[in-house]
Amino acid sequence: MPNDSLSKVLYIDLTLKKFETKDRQDLFEKYLGGTGVATQLLLEECHEGMDPLSPEAPIIFAVGPLTGVFPLASKTCAMFKSPHTGDLGESHAGGRSAIAIRMAGYGAIVIKGASEIPIYLTIHGNKIHFKNATTLWGMKDGSIPARVMRQQEKAEGLRAIFRIGTAGENLVTYSNVTTETYRHFGRLGLGAVFGSKKLKGIVISGKKAIEVNDKKAYRGLYDQIYKAATESPVMKKYHDVGTAINIKVLNSIHALPVKNLQQSSSESIENISGESIAQHHLARRLACAHCPVACIHLAFLREPYDDDPYFYKTSPVCYDFELIYSLGTMVGINDPTNLLKLIDIVEQTGVDAMSMGVILAWMTEMFERKMISVNDLDGIELKWGDADAFIEIVKKIVHPTTEFLKACGKGVDYAAVHYGGKEFAMRFGKNEMPGYHTGPAGYLGFILGARHSHLDNAGYSIDQKELIKIDLTPQQVVDKLLEEEAIRQILSSIAVCFFARGIYDLKLVSDAVKLLGFDLTDNDLMEMGKKIHLNKYKFKMREGFRFEKLDIPERIYQTTDPTGKITKEFIQGGINYAKSLID
Amino acid sequence: MKLSVRDVMRCVGCQSCMFACSRRSGNAGLSNSSIGIKSTGGISRGYTVIVCRSCENPPCAAVCPTNALVPKEGGGVRLNSSKCIGCGLCKDACVIEAVFWNEEQNKPVICVQCGYCVDYCPYEVLELKKDKKGVTHDAQ
Repeated sequence: MPNDSLSKVLYIDLTLKKFETKDRQDLFEKYLGGTGVATQLLLEECHEGMDPLSPEAPIIFAVGPLTGVFPLASKTCAMFKSPHTGDLGESHAGGRSAIAIRMAGYGAIVIKGASEIPIYLTIHGNKIHFKNATTLWGMKDGSIPARVMRQQEKAEGLRAIFRIGTAGENLVTYSNVTTETYRHFGRLGLGAVFGSKKLKGIVISGKKAIEVNDKKAYRGLYDQIYKAATESPVMKKYHDVGTAINIKVLNSIHALPVKNLQQSSSESIENISGESIAQHHLARRLACAHCPVACIHLAFLREPYDDDPYFYKTSPVCYDFELIYSLGTMVGINDPTNLLKLIDIVEQTGVDAMSMGVILAWMTEMFERKMISVNDLDGIELKWGDADAFIEIVKKIVHPTTEFLKACGKGVDYAAVHYGGKEFAMRFGKNEMPGYHTGPAGYLGFILGARHSHLDNAGYSIDQKELIKIDLTPQQVVDKLLEEEAIRQILSSIAVCFFARGIYDLKLVSDAVKLLGFDLTDNDLMEMGKKIHLNKYKFKMREGFRFEKLDIPERIYQTTDPTGKITKEFIQGGINYAKSLID
Repeated sequence: MKLSVRDVMRCVGCQSCMFACSRRSGNAGLSNSSIGIKSTGGISRGYTVIVCRSCENPPCAAVCPTNALVPKEGGGVRLNSSKCIGCGLCKDACVIEAVFWNEEQNKPVICVQCGYCVDYCPYEVLELKKDKKGVTHDAQ
């Protein structure tokens, strides 16, 4: 649309403390926004072999045409070169991030350079300021700097507040950027990229109008999407118990990683099931801006002080399936209070919860097998389920006191390459695994790096709906994964949450973007999705990703899974086929 | 009819009401919204829902230097946009910050108590109440 500010890209230079806005209609016309546009901006701004923590390394945020227009289109796509894997860094977050960027009048933001002193950025519409964050640097609980920014800045209710914790400041390669306290640009180390630029945080706000070309059709389509979002069972499940409902489900079919995937089921998860936590600890449910679903589940953790009776610390702690898996079952914790305590410290330091859980699990097994000593752990003895020991170790990884702990701040792949235990270091393409031991399709999904942040993909669904009952060839599985992947590229380019993939089919996307002036058929969208996915691989390959270099941990072949089909032949067959299509 | 906050504790902060209000003008975005949702000092503490209480002796109208805000019978005000010079005194006069501002047009956005937002609140935070004298309206 002629008056839409979507194609405006804000370029910020932290070294020179300068900024400019460029119209990049060329990119938005071709790739809609979000992932599609961010990938192109990354290819433009990040030259081959660039150190991801160097000043010139770019941080890119992009939103989509439907952001601020339709419900559920409230995701921001962040792109950067990952300090964790050395290739594509892609991470999506909700909260108010996308709405704030779109309402401030931008489709994308590119941040380069590095400040000499800690700073935070404020972007209130077209007013950009660089503010001194020296006093905020090094605070042990990352929510405090956010509170200060909240108190210092205007635009309550209309702003997003991004910030890193001490993990990002200390360049832990899986540190994240938190927005609105409980949403994260997680995985792959965007926090460290912020930290390397001395960028503590960003406050963004705005309040624009977005013109549509057919007001009546707009209201009609809005109501259709809103109705589906609030009434359909596919969305309601995210609101009710939330993703945590899968803990019991996966446990019952032997698909839930327990104790570093030495087991895929446990008899003692009852108290940390989604249902049980909801019943005993859930305090509040929250929503991202412009999403009626409210899938964010907040528990209240009440801890007594030992030295003073009836004196309690009450902390709000956000949880979902992945956190219960990674900081619960994966490390042998089955007590909800211990689980919430561990999540709380992970939040405070600003590390990725999934990566941290997988690393803690690997460390515990290494210690149990006597492959590392108590000195490597700086005096802390690790054992399954010992939350207090894990809490101390998390702090020590962020502020490392031994060479081993320092290595653990670079991910389980790095640590296992240097200390051994690769066969049970649960990572794929150097990224720590999510909580799905569902079958070979799930693992092929992780390995193909379909979506490069969460390692989430259609694989677990193929495992549970198809492979559990019928046989498919690795080629058939890869074809299905790549087809679904093309669709997901479109969803993340229009910034729609993947939870809403049951609502936003390509026909609906086609109708919705038409109101914003994009004339694209379902077929056009599918082709665009495939192209975006290949563009991502272009970046990955350029930065050294090779299918033949993938190192699959042996553990996945040894632990019972629901399909009984996780074999080396299947996985290798899938990788070889994918390579023939993508290379 | 008067817009009222039925139960603020049920608010999840989705802001669907804000987008609905702005959408009345036919466009997307937030520029024309006269309802506000913000956190109560961090979202873990819940939300504050700001709606116009339709005061019977409205302070916003009392400070308007051009009589662009006209008190309505039974409470609330009507904006005569052509008289408004965008001075912002009305905005400052409303202690609950229920006079919103369209920054693109530099004019206040005044709630007309139409209740369009109520239909887009999925958690029954908002309601339209019959306008009877003496009825207490929750505003925050």
